[in-house]
Amino acid sequence: MSNHEDTAVHVASVKLLVIVWIALIFGTWLTVSATYVDLGAFNIWVGLAIATAKAVLVALYYMHLRWDKPFNGFVFLGAFIFLAIFIGIAMMDTQAYQPDLIPGYSPGMGG
Amino acid sequence: MTAHGHGDGDGLRIDHHFENADQQYQSAKLGMWVFLATEILFFGGLFTAYTVFRVNHPEIFIFGHHFLDKGLGALNTVILICSSLTAAWAVRAAQLKQIRMLKLMLVLTMLFAFGFLGVKGVEYNSKWKHGLLWARQYKPHVDHEQATEVQSVEVSIAGAEVGAEVIEHDSAGDTVTVESEVILVGEGGAPVPVPGEADRSKIAPAAEGPAGLAAPGSEEADDSFEVEPANAQTFFSIYFLMTGLHGIHVLGGIAAFIWLLIGARRGDFDSGHFTRVDMVALYWHVVDLIWIYLFLLLYLID
Repeated sequence: MSNHEDTAVHVASVKLLVIVWIALIFGTWLTVSATYVDLGAFNIWVGLAIATAKAVLVALYYMHLRWDKPFNGFVFLGAFIFLAIFIGIAMMDTQAYQPDLIPGYSPGMGG
Repeated sequence: MTAHGHGDGDGLRIDHHFENADQQYQSAKLGMWVFLATEILFFGGLFTAYTVFRVNHPEIFIFGHHFLDKGLGALNTVILICSSLTAAWAVRAAQLKQIRMLKLMLVLTMLFAFGFLGVKGVEYNSKWKHGLLWARQYKPHVDHEQATEVQSVEVSIAGAEVGAEVIEHDSAGDTVTVESEVILVGEGGAPVPVPGEADRSKIAPAAEGPAGLAAPGSEEADDSFEVEPANAQTFFSIYFLMTGLHGIHVLGGIAAFIWLLIGARRGDFDSGHFTRVDMVALYWHVVDLIWIYLFLLLYLID
């Protein structure tokens, strides 16, 4: 009988899991607190940075990407790269026709 | 997930197209990561819609987010983070063949998932009561405070009598009973329409009428904000689509955890065959990951 234990499988220690949990809770507190500080347009970027730091913690430790084959991480990261391309091009598109919009005219908005 | 025999005593069968157990495990994992990538892109469409609308019409989001409860959103974030911890712990327990611990962690994760849906239910209910729904269903009635006040006075007068009756007849005099009576009995004993459909404002949203709906005075508003912008319903369409799709994923997660619990009871993981637990946990972490962004983008605007 062969088990995964024979091969390179990482077992995360309870200590590590709890430390990551504390970091995630702290991150949540930080995100909420940051909204009470007015940084203008910068607020959303601070929020996104904290959220991304939390997401990276979850992916690296809870999802074992840190010890996983790099290809798995590459596949996952690839989704975000394509999402960035999607959002980037959608933004370029919508910005391109902003000057042509008629103010207040928005058919099909379900109003 | 690759096929595996749960009938055999060892719990792990290597399918004929795999070289060995490790290759089978790694293949399952790669398949799972590809699936998770498609999940990100699935939600990605909605995140893209969100970005386009928010950049073009920030006022809609600033207006709309006042109707979301930051506290409940934060509570749900904490609940999901806790469930992620227990899910990761479940994988560890399965790896170490700690079956009792595995069952405990699976049950805890499931309880957190139900807790999340419970809080979400409270939030959806409050949106429903105030007509803060998607697209054409968006019929806020936060502005006719006067009408509501008059109605509540009438009801409370009628209700006082009814309430007294209830207390007389029921020695318990439960306040909950009294309140439910108040809603149902109006002046002259005529039934008052149950709040809901009939209670909704007949005034068209700002997009249709020049007068528009003034939002100040809403019980949910935590600070002052301006008059409702045009197409405010867009915020609620996006809110319900994104949290709704996420909620369906939470339901799917609960189903998966039940499946794992059945497997754990049957002894599927006794031999240290933890692939299934690992894959479900990966899925669950992505559900958590998406919520981290939803919380930030929907609740913490401004």
